[in-house]
Amino acid sequence: MNRRWVSYPYLIWMIIFIVIPSFLILFYAFTARDGQGIRFTLDNFYKFCEPIYISVLLKSLGLALFSTFVCLVVGYPVAMILASKQFSKSATLSMLFIIPMWMNFLLRTYSWLTLLEKNGIINSVLSFFNLPKIDILYTDAAVVLGMVYNFLPFMILPIYTVLMKIDGKLVEAAQDLGGNSMTVFRRITLPLSIPGVMSGITMVFMPAVTTFVISKLLGGGQYTLIGNFIERQFIQLSDWNFGSAISMIMMIFILISIWIMSKFDEDKGGGAALW
Amino acid sequence: MNGSQPIILLKEIRKNFGQTEVLNNINLYVLKNEFVTLLGPSGCGKTTTLRIIGGFETPDSGDVFFEGNRINNVPPYQRKVNTVFQKYALFPHMNVYDNIAFGLKIKKMDKAVISKKVDEMLEMVNLQGFQKRSVESLSGGQQQRVAIARALVNQPEVLLLDEPLGALDLKLRKEMQLELKNIHKRTGITFVYVTHDQEEALTMSDTIVVMNRGKIQQIGTPQMIYNEPKNAFVADFIGESNIIKGKMLKDYSVEFAGHVFECLDKGFELNEDIDVVVRPEDIKLVNVENAMISGEVKSVTFKGVHFEMLVEGQGVTWTLHNTEMAQVGTAIGMSLNPNDIHIMKRTGSV
Repeated sequence: MNRRWVSYPYLIWMIIFIVIPSFLILFYAFTARDGQGIRFTLDNFYKFCEPIYISVLLKSLGLALFSTFVCLVVGYPVAMILASKQFSKSATLSMLFIIPMWMNFLLRTYSWLTLLEKNGIINSVLSFFNLPKIDILYTDAAVVLGMVYNFLPFMILPIYTVLMKIDGKLVEAAQDLGGNSMTVFRRITLPLSIPGVMSGITMVFMPAVTTFVISKLLGGGQYTLIGNFIERQFIQLSDWNFGSAISMIMMIFILISIWIMSKFDEDKGGGAALW
Repeated sequence: MNGSQPIILLKEIRKNFGQTEVLNNINLYVLKNEFVTLLGPSGCGKTTTLRIIGGFETPDSGDVFFEGNRINNVPPYQRKVNTVFQKYALFPHMNVYDNIAFGLKIKKMDKAVISKKVDEMLEMVNLQGFQKRSVESLSGGQQQRVAIARALVNQPEVLLLDEPLGALDLKLRKEMQLELKNIHKRTGITFVYVTHDQEEALTMSDTIVVMNRGKIQQIGTPQMIYNEPKNAFVADFIGESNIIKGKMLKDYSVEFAGHVFECLDKGFELNEDIDVVVRPEDIKLVNVENAMISGEVKSVTFKGVHFEMLVEGQGVTWTLHNTEMAQVGTAIGMSLNPNDIHIMKRTGSV
């Protein structure tokens, strides 16, 4: 039963669109082009060590972390509600969370522009009720809002999936042994849902830390996250070498975060670490 | 009742799931230290009854009393009962020690006390040295023992067991039956046991409650249930039996299969239509000349200890169990002792 050939198209696809581009980035990151041609150099990485670049990196990491945290705080209860007995059989509520995802990502983000504008929909409603206007467009708050809005489903879905898989008998057993609902959540539901939380965090953090569309639209033209920075190197400044080097650095950060997540996950899965 | 107060009392319990009637007027009491088994086919309501005692379901009407107090609305975690679940429901993210210690940790007991109690429990269920093992590495039988230890360590007044041996193979099941019986004797805890296996019920129980379609069919000791089934359902469910339509001519005299038999039953109306139950092992093989009933052997099956024979005679197909074998096609005679003839009121349905 040798069925290896069925994976060949996939392998070819992977080589063309993932492996080769990765090597190209690697190549560009460690080279520079000058009068004599292409030469090996670490200059691109030295250049990144300047304070302005580091501060952009830190800001990106910080905003992404904060957005991930907000997604977790908002998403976990939503996932619990979706997985609860009353709703698990009705598709309506889960559809409400999935339908926005069918719309184009750009469109969804653009719509926040009209909502948040000085004389946008939200402020019109607020002024109608004589409430103070909010002016958060082109600030960190708007960018975080955009990230949370766009990436929240990626937090909810994995947690929801894990919660649905928890055997209801375990909850009953914990109640039977004297656990009230708080104890049951703390000692059974939460520890058993950690794998879902971990993949949710990973799936939100990764796009959040590299986004350039959300920051560009909701942060305004001058707003710079590391994603915008990379985009600018490639599109406007045509400095592919520096852009590749920053991409490499981002990749390393993402790999580290995935590694931390998987470490964390193992610990929880193996023992009773939450006790 | 021996004058003692029942520890659990169910009064006129009714429960529907949607349109389906699951429990229809369940009245039942359980005495302290008793081993009560709820026995019946799947869907008969036995598990729902157990879950009502455990607090996982609330009855639509009727009352649940525990030591004389109504507990209809007491949540599971405040009841002095513990449950051994059908598929064990061990916490997969904890090792054996933490599983068993779960209830004690919630009660905020002293660490040393917990450790001592868990060790004692592991000894009771023969799992010494398993403290640090992950529950997923255990065999089905071992997981079952952990589940029992986890419930018993809390020293409940009543232990509820929901088909706890259902997932084990036959040999292991027999072993665990004896072990559970021993644990029951040693701890003196009241057991309420749910099973669909009549043999298990007969082996272990002090009292058997036979249920069908949400109703209690009969309550009694294993001997009573086996020897004096109250209706055709019970007779059929508890072991194999021949159920024959008959007529009670007068006290101690019954007519069925074209013959008048002496029996031990009385108190029926003259010529009342009744059902007669005869256990296959109670039918004796005799010479055709001396026989009360004669018939022709239609089939013979070897069952290990005995042969099972189907015999047609007097318009009835009889099932016989005997260590002697008769040839297929031969005529044989059968005879019955008065105390092997069990008379039941006609209920109309089997």
